Amino acid sequence: MKTRIRRIFIPFAAVAAAGLSGMAIIFMTGRDPSEIVGRLFNATLGSGYGTGQVLFKTTTLIFTGLAVALPFKARLFNIGGEGQLQVAAFSAAVTGAMLPSSLPPIAAVPLTACAAMAAGGIWGASAGVLKVRFGVNEVISTIMLNFIAQALIGYLLTSHFAVPSTEHTAETGSSSMLPGLDEIAGIFRGSPLNVSIFGAIAVAILSSLFLFRTRAGYELRAVGAQPDAASYAGIGSKRYILAVMGAAGAIAGLGAMNLVSGYKHYYETGMTAGIGFSGIAVALLAGAHPLWIVPAALFFGFLEYGGLAVGAYVPRDIFMIIQAITILLVIIGTARKT
Amino acid sequence: MSMTQEALRLSGVSKKFGTVAANRNVSITIPKGSIHAVAGENGAGKSTLAKMIYGLYRPDSGSIAVNGKTVSMNSPKDAIALGIGMVHQHFMLVPTFTVAENIMLGAEEKALFASISLKKTAESIRILSERYGMPVDPEALTGSLSVGEEQRVEILKVLYRKAEILILDEPTAVLAPQETDRLFAVLRSLRDKGKTILIITHKLDEVLSLADRVSVMRKGEVTGTVECRNTSKTELARMMIGRNVLLRVENPAPAPLKPLLAVDKLCCRTQKGAMKLDNLSFTVRAGEIFGIAGVEGNGQSELLSILCGLNDRKNPLSGTIRLDGTIITGKSPAEIASLGVSHIPEDRLKHAVIRSFSVTENILFGRQREQRFRKGAGFDRKTLDAYARELAERYDIRFDDIHKQSLGSLSGGNQQKVVVARELDRPALKLLILAQPTRGVDIGAIELIHRSIIETRDKGVAVLLISSELDELITLSTRIGCLYNGSLRKVFTEEEVAEGRTDEEAFEHEIGLHIT
Repeated sequence: MKTRIRRIFIPFAAVAAAGLSGMAIIFMTGRDPSEIVGRLFNATLGSGYGTGQVLFKTTTLIFTGLAVALPFKARLFNIGGEGQLQVAAFSAAVTGAMLPSSLPPIAAVPLTACAAMAAGGIWGASAGVLKVRFGVNEVISTIMLNFIAQALIGYLLTSHFAVPSTEHTAETGSSSMLPGLDEIAGIFRGSPLNVSIFGAIAVAILSSLFLFRTRAGYELRAVGAQPDAASYAGIGSKRYILAVMGAAGAIAGLGAMNLVSGYKHYYETGMTAGIGFSGIAVALLAGAHPLWIVPAALFFGFLEYGGLAVGAYVPRDIFMIIQAITILLVIIGTARKT
Repeated sequence: MSMTQEALRLSGVSKKFGTVAANRNVSITIPKGSIHAVAGENGAGKSTLAKMIYGLYRPDSGSIAVNGKTVSMNSPKDAIALGIGMVHQHFMLVPTFTVAENIMLGAEEKALFASISLKKTAESIRILSERYGMPVDPEALTGSLSVGEEQRVEILKVLYRKAEILILDEPTAVLAPQETDRLFAVLRSLRDKGKTILIITHKLDEVLSLADRVSVMRKGEVTGTVECRNTSKTELARMMIGRNVLLRVENPAPAPLKPLLAVDKLCCRTQKGAMKLDNLSFTVRAGEIFGIAGVEGNGQSELLSILCGLNDRKNPLSGTIRLDGTIITGKSPAEIASLGVSHIPEDRLKHAVIRSFSVTENILFGRQREQRFRKGAGFDRKTLDAYARELAERYDIRFDDIHKQSLGSLSGGNQQKVVVARELDRPALKLLILAQPTRGVDIGAIELIHRSIIETRDKGVAVLLISSELDELITLSTRIGCLYNGSLRKVFTEEEVAEGRTDEEAFEHEIGLHIT
């Protein structure tokens, strides 16, 4: 019982402590922390636009956070969210651009989503295959696959798909675009927030139901907790390693939909950079629990957009330091109990 | 014996881990210049004892005296300073270092940037290795050495640190027979030059051929210390696997039916060629308990893993196992279980339960595919919950919260009751395989588990019982097979076992003859 309370308490304490140290750093740069904090909240939660921006960042982070959290339950550390997101974003943009404009959205959106999920899923499952077939540690293989993704997409973009003299692909047809909340409800005016956020929350809930309510989720957790015991119970761990890595990549792929179909409508060099890695931080803060991913992603989304918004007053790097301190404190807090 | 001749004296040493007593009131005295063996089954507490002598654990009570002086050690550093050295079962060598570099590792000059005098070290290694008959090249890369040579390096490492008392933890576990002979020659020469040696092993032949005296441990206690020249393997085996004073459960004579499990000419080798099972044949009939007696390491674990489909597929295997006519060799664990086979493995924490899961989730473990628990893609939580509570009631499993409490926080007896309840209650159960079903379980739980096993047998299930507790075997078994070196040397029939129960001590003695 005690450890349960502790598990919930640690992330909150870490966030609070990291926030305080962030204020201390701001103070050391010669700024008034209370002024910056005021501006920070004003720029983010103070307006519909700012809140929309935070929620938009949160949406992608929920997806990349889940892409780390699910494999974590099978004791796999997916460092490859970055590459999975990148190939998916590119795939979604290219697919969206190639679909005929006569295709109704009801067909175009699912097709684009399938293309994104397939690309991310293949990237994730590749690490699973390397692990199951050749025993390659997934940490190594996912990092390497990140590099391959970067080089491959860079090549495909510059040599084949980029609009001449730009670094982005052609704009997708309007039928594959996801409607923004501004557009359909007139809220969060001007922000890129779109219907993907409902998808993100739904996937988080479904992931939680999967893990804790289904037989496959039960077996997956057993594989992660005690692989030897799982094989005694007749559970084949290889299938689960493959499946969960593929699913993780596909979920990261849905995150790419938010960026491409929901906002930019094309793929651009660097548009996914860092979001996959932030997903690791989100998953760690959430203790890899799918439902806790949502508030954890919100916290990181807040810092990420907030850092941009007050960038004129304090360096954005301070907010990256706060993120890093949070994660370090969570790791220290959870490591101590063992 | 004067005080100065005592190298090591343990007086009433106890050590508990959580609620489990690993060592209870252990007292051993080892004279200087002798080889003392500590023998016992896995889990008897030998390694804990060794770790306390080497300063890795602190005893909860009792005292340790070295050379007549009571000492208190906080770490291996203290032990080394007192002249105690340990050769671990798994070598702790850096493969990319030379022998000399490995030996001096941790014993270098004090200053961080002091030059390391490899030549001087190599010279003293040469002297040491000549004195004790352990030829080894100080310049050779450790990674290129054979296992026997690596072990010599470990021993030299300890001697280089001027150890007078050497502890060896299962030193022959990794050695080939010829290497074992050479090791023993080295150990004897060390003793003859005044060193004191404590060797931990469960191999009785080795105890008798090497040691001067032996202390036998069982369930954390020393059951006796004897001179090796005055004892026999049979006596040691009895001390090792000995007997509990059990509450005897009623065991009315069964009426066995047709054979359900037929093991036929089963042979199994390791990839290196060591014979683990050698033409093993036996049958278990419906409604009987077939007991297998034997000292650990005679093929029990290989037999169990083949029966459950968990054997290493790279190891060559011949012969067949049939369950009710169906060949099960080569089938997967899930396929075998679905044929109505339950298994209670020896190491329950590692194999039979998920410690971080709740009681309910563990009741489901291994049976999660059963239709009755299903509902859509998930589980029928109502049925499952009711079932878990019913089993908990029936098997007297005690817990605070069936959903929130992790199984790892229950006592050993309650954990085992969860496993027993789940496995015995498997639908359409045909064969029940039990390995040390009551190890680490308190007497009350033992009685309940024994009674449940007999009830299961009476329902017409074939039961295979592998146990190192002779009295457990005699109490429960319909027939008893004696396993030695991978084959059954003798099978006691129903009549013989029934008769044996009338004079258990004599019967235990007779079984002891067949397993050593």
